Amino acid sequence: MILDILAIFLSVALVDNYVFSQTLGICPFLGVSSKPSTALGMGLAVTFVMTMSNAVTRLVFDLLLKGRFEYLQTVVFILIIASLVQLIEMMLKKLLPSLYGALGIYLPLITTNCAVLGAATNALGDQRASANILFSSFYGFSAAIGFTIAILIFAGVRARIDEESVPEPFRGTPITLIGAGITALVFNGLLAGIKF
Amino acid sequence: MVLLKSILFPALAVGGLALLFGLLLAVASRVFAVKTNERLEKIRACLPGSNCGGCGYAGCDALAAAIHQGNAPCNACAGVSDENVRIIADLLGTTASKTTPRRAFVQCAGTNENATKKYDYTGIDDCSAAVRLYGGAKECAYSCTGLGSCVKRCKNNALSIKNGVAFVDPSLCNGCGACISSCPKNLIVLLPRSSKYAVACSSCDKGAVTKSQCKAGCVGCRICEKCCPEGAIRVENGLAVIDQEKCTGCGLCPNKCPRSIIVPV
Repeated sequence: MILDILAIFLSVALVDNYVFSQTLGICPFLGVSSKPSTALGMGLAVTFVMTMSNAVTRLVFDLLLKGRFEYLQTVVFILIIASLVQLIEMMLKKLLPSLYGALGIYLPLITTNCAVLGAATNALGDQRASANILFSSFYGFSAAIGFTIAILIFAGVRARIDEESVPEPFRGTPITLIGAGITALVFNGLLAGIKF
Repeated sequence: MVLLKSILFPALAVGGLALLFGLLLAVASRVFAVKTNERLEKIRACLPGSNCGGCGYAGCDALAAAIHQGNAPCNACAGVSDENVRIIADLLGTTASKTTPRRAFVQCAGTNENATKKYDYTGIDDCSAAVRLYGGAKECAYSCTGLGSCVKRCKNNALSIKNGVAFVDPSLCNGCGACISSCPKNLIVLLPRSSKYAVACSSCDKGAVTKSQCKAGCVGCRICEKCCPEGAIRVENGLAVIDQEKCTGCGLCPNKCPRSIIVPV
């Protein structure tokens, strides 16, 4: 049990990191990583949504889709995630205005974040995470922690790049993409080949 | 039966889910409704809503918040009518200073017929890119490239390229000034709407040079300066400049100008 939880966390957050090794969630990874503080905000928002969405998608899958229309999975999951993000946004606005102020602008971005859909889909196929709904939810949480780690590391890299005099043709997006590639290489080089 | 099972049930399932979520969100929007500032919404309603960015804020919502907090004057947006500025000022309990309605004007008449070309430009469809290649395709260094970076910038569709030169439709322009920074040659200026005439040229080259490059450009002959009874037009750096505050719109200079570069606006 404890080992399973640890295995899920390490494999999803570090070894099969959603950004660096599965190339999911690249859009917010590049878009919101210009400052470490905003990167952390985005990471927290994704963590929140992914944990919730994995629980709800799993629930709907078990109750409605399983064994009947599994091919509708993607459509239904997108529907769930979009509605869930809207709902969370409304609730936060009313109940936790301070948290809404911190996450507010990032929440709508998550609606179309492929990493959220990826986590929901992968959790169904994962040997350990498919055991029950709590494990599914924890799988989403772990994936989001991996995303947060990735976006924070990269925000640090970008803060360094900003201080350097980059050759003109590389300024802006090109150096960001090159930096992202090298960061992914380093991250995967450190952890490649480990199997849980 | 197969049809029912393979089409109707899935459709009902997805449709039902969608309906359920829709209802849930509708209820939630009532339950979790947050009272927003009424004054802020009224201010926002007075702004044009085209999100042109001419005021320097991220959009009309951001400007409304800035006005509400007192960080921006109530006439910060050029596209708001005097009446609406007064409404905003009343909401805030301040008085609005009078604004002059303005419009953009492109100071170039170097159309494809008028301006001689150095080369044919076939590169990226962007003025800044063209200007980096020997200052653009036209001989005159002060000419419009006609690639329309300003057209792309304008949110009101007021700009268009006519015969190789950008042209402002005054009926659509709201004077936000967003286009000004999009022009790499600084050809666009804001004129008061009351202006009658303007000089459609920006060339500071010597007369002979301008003459060799463009059939229309101002050569700085000073005929307009001498004929103006108000002293409203002056030639500076080889280019006629009209002081719109002094200009009465008598129409003498456009008739006298040998290059017909003073045009009605």
